[in-house]
Amino acid sequence: MRLKLVRDETSFDFFSRTKLWLGISGLMMAIAFVSFIFQGLNFGIDFRGGTTIRTESAEPVDVGAYRAALQQLELGDIVISEVFDPSFDADQNVAMVRIAAQDGAEAVTPETIEAVEAALQGVAPDINFTSVESVGPKVSGELIQTAIIAVLLAIGAVLIYIWLRFEWQFAVGAVAALVHDVLLTIGIFSELRIQFDLAIIAALLTIVGYSLNDTVVVFDRVRENLIKYKKRDLKEVLNISINETLSRTLMTSLTTLLALLALFVLGGDVIRGFVFAMIWGVIVGTYSSIFVASALLYRLGVKRDWDKPDAGAGTQFSNIDA
Amino acid sequence: MLQIDTWKRVLILMVVTFGVVFSAPNLFYDRVERHKDAVIEIEREGETEARLAAQSAWPDWLPATIVNLGLDLRGGAHLLAEVEVEDVYDARLEAMWPEVRDTLRPLRDTVGTIRLRDNTPGELRVRIGNPDNMGAALSAVRELAQPVASVAAAGATDIDVTGEGDELVVRLSEAEQRATDDRTVRQALEIIRRRIDEVGTREPTIQRQGADRILIQVPGIGSAAELKEIIGTTAQLTFQPVVGRASEGDEPGLGNEIVPSLDEEGVFYELERAPVVTGEELVDAQPAFDQNGRPAVNFRFNTSGARSFGDYTAENIGNPFAIVLDDEVISAPVIQSHIPGGSGIITGNFTVEESTQLAVLLRAGALPAGLIFLEERTIGPELGQDSIEAGKVATMVAFAMVLVFMFAAYGLFGLFANVALILNVAMLFAVLSVIGATLTLPGIAGIVLTVGMAVDANVLIFERIREELKTAKGPARAIERGYEKALSAIVDANITTMITAIILFAMGSGPVRGFAITLGVGIVTSVFTAIYVTRLFVTMWFERKRPKTLTV
Repeated sequence: MRLKLVRDETSFDFFSRTKLWLGISGLMMAIAFVSFIFQGLNFGIDFRGGTTIRTESAEPVDVGAYRAALQQLELGDIVISEVFDPSFDADQNVAMVRIAAQDGAEAVTPETIEAVEAALQGVAPDINFTSVESVGPKVSGELIQTAIIAVLLAIGAVLIYIWLRFEWQFAVGAVAALVHDVLLTIGIFSELRIQFDLAIIAALLTIVGYSLNDTVVVFDRVRENLIKYKKRDLKEVLNISINETLSRTLMTSLTTLLALLALFVLGGDVIRGFVFAMIWGVIVGTYSSIFVASALLYRLGVKRDWDKPDAGAGTQFSNIDA
Repeated sequence: MLQIDTWKRVLILMVVTFGVVFSAPNLFYDRVERHKDAVIEIEREGETEARLAAQSAWPDWLPATIVNLGLDLRGGAHLLAEVEVEDVYDARLEAMWPEVRDTLRPLRDTVGTIRLRDNTPGELRVRIGNPDNMGAALSAVRELAQPVASVAAAGATDIDVTGEGDELVVRLSEAEQRATDDRTVRQALEIIRRRIDEVGTREPTIQRQGADRILIQVPGIGSAAELKEIIGTTAQLTFQPVVGRASEGDEPGLGNEIVPSLDEEGVFYELERAPVVTGEELVDAQPAFDQNGRPAVNFRFNTSGARSFGDYTAENIGNPFAIVLDDEVISAPVIQSHIPGGSGIITGNFTVEESTQLAVLLRAGALPAGLIFLEERTIGPELGQDSIEAGKVATMVAFAMVLVFMFAAYGLFGLFANVALILNVAMLFAVLSVIGATLTLPGIAGIVLTVGMAVDANVLIFERIREELKTAKGPARAIERGYEKALSAIVDANITTMITAIILFAMGSGPVRGFAITLGVGIVTSVFTAIYVTRLFVTMWFERKRPKTLTV
């Protein structure tokens, strides 16, 4: 007996309410955008400069005492948070201390870090500093810029590739889905106040790649079926294509999710934010390839006369001798 | 029909074997690493029993390819430094002063007295007594201009000389500035590399980034502060003529400066600013002992340094000169005799340890310009170890879940896909090890993601075979058409992912780049295993069994 996620033959109608789906997707994007504009992102030091110190001690973390000890140093904005992870031992109490970038200095000076470490040692004598990272405002500004350029470049490159391989309507649909995924991911990071650092940009680009992977597989089938079922209308062809690929879509999403979930639970707290972004991306990416990319494709319509010689003159080399 | 040429089969099997053989050493990471370290140490410092034992921990004839572990996994320090290239402009101009002075002196009758203006960063200003004849002074100084030593600036000269009122101004030309910047950064890079090599840590990364930045990553070092100490933010090492003793707050004479002594509290020297020789011209420095048996440092100059030093010592017997490091006078010995050979000895109140360290410092040379640290990261080895452990466990569990899931969904074919998946990860590790890529924490996530996505190509094919089974005539035809039809979707889907991996690699740095590499290599190996390896398995199985019906 085989495990099957969907029946062999499915005939769900995905396109009777495209307006509704596109509307919901649009609304979600709007919410994400508003959250991003008004609440902003919880940028890590990669993007805003400053220092993070990861501490580890046998005694429990007393955030209040840490804060009181550091307040005397007058270093401006200090965020202290305790970190929990199932992989920690009982005597492993971890906290993250984030210090804002200091005026006029590039990276935080060693003296400042020494002072902070000494102050914390006053509170918890056995404290260990397992990582100290410091980024100057100059670099962090550039990192933001590079990150934005990277995401835009990825979306642009993909737009061109799909346009070359398919038709422009497909490219628009795919890119709309990408923008949807990226925006929703940024939105959830803004809403849940999860720290947004350089690794999250990598996750964003991976989401772009994954979401596209999904969309392209559906589109590939649409292209095939548009030629196979010339007489049927676009809605029907789209429905057939999505139903045919549904089993694959779910299988792949599920295996990827399984793998990511393992990493989320067991991979440690250092990359949890990164993995969370990817999990979220796989879910929205799967949704968007059907309900955004294909729905938009349906709304835009597709030119169906590929088999006429003039339309495909550039690609039908095999007809030259015929 | 369903068949694969024999040569193709051999090729596929060879690639797979390569993957297994070259990834296997990663399973014995510690041993292989000890072996590799020992081999290097033996070559450098000779054999000892412990080193030989470590070397034999892994047989020589087996491949010893292992992935590098990134800083976030091994612990260590990361620095991004900006070289203050403009420092060098001033030094260059300062060094030109004697030349300018010597050029203008014979013209004193026409241009009048010449006086160097102080505190003019980025330019050399000379006030001349007779501004009416500025033209003569300008053309004389312009004679000193040299062509810029750079291909990009052919035809340009190194200085711009202009007259402003009664002042003659010498600046470095823009072409020269750019050429100097480039030289400065390259020099700094080389010196940093040498200093870190002196300490002998494992696999440091020292790279130029952009026009004036240097990225330094050293695994296994305690902290970024320690690394900074090794690199040192030392100013120029120089040998300068001593004008006389001075005390704090004295006004230095024109073209002179007041410099404190390194080990004598409250002692200051007035020195001529233009050095006789700089540390750049040192070729060797060794710890030694002077005739009284006190620790000292022997040094030797290159040819041009030896000439200037020889000339100077010949002319100045009986006068003191100062050895200046870090803007402090290490010692100010009196020149006893002409020193022609370009070698000498530095004595001072050194301990043996200090003289050794000074020799190292001199040998590595001083940095040509100051460094500003834009980014500093220290990751403790415990955190790295925790991350590796967590990554290992997570990868194993992810792997197991995917394997079980695939078998449940596709039965025998799922089993084929699973074997291919394991081989895929082996090949991924083999490629990463052979190209010397660095595995980072996000890189582990990349592998896990590859595991998840690698099955995608197989899923596409298997689903397609299922569909084809409904219409096609016979299982062989269905399998063949399944592979054929799924190909375009697989290629399109993976090329788009590849595009994002390439962009990530180009734009990212550090851990993000590590992720991009594993993702990119993972795409190639997973497409290969899906299209060729599983197909080979399926074909071989089919040839044996010749099933009449097929369930996928």
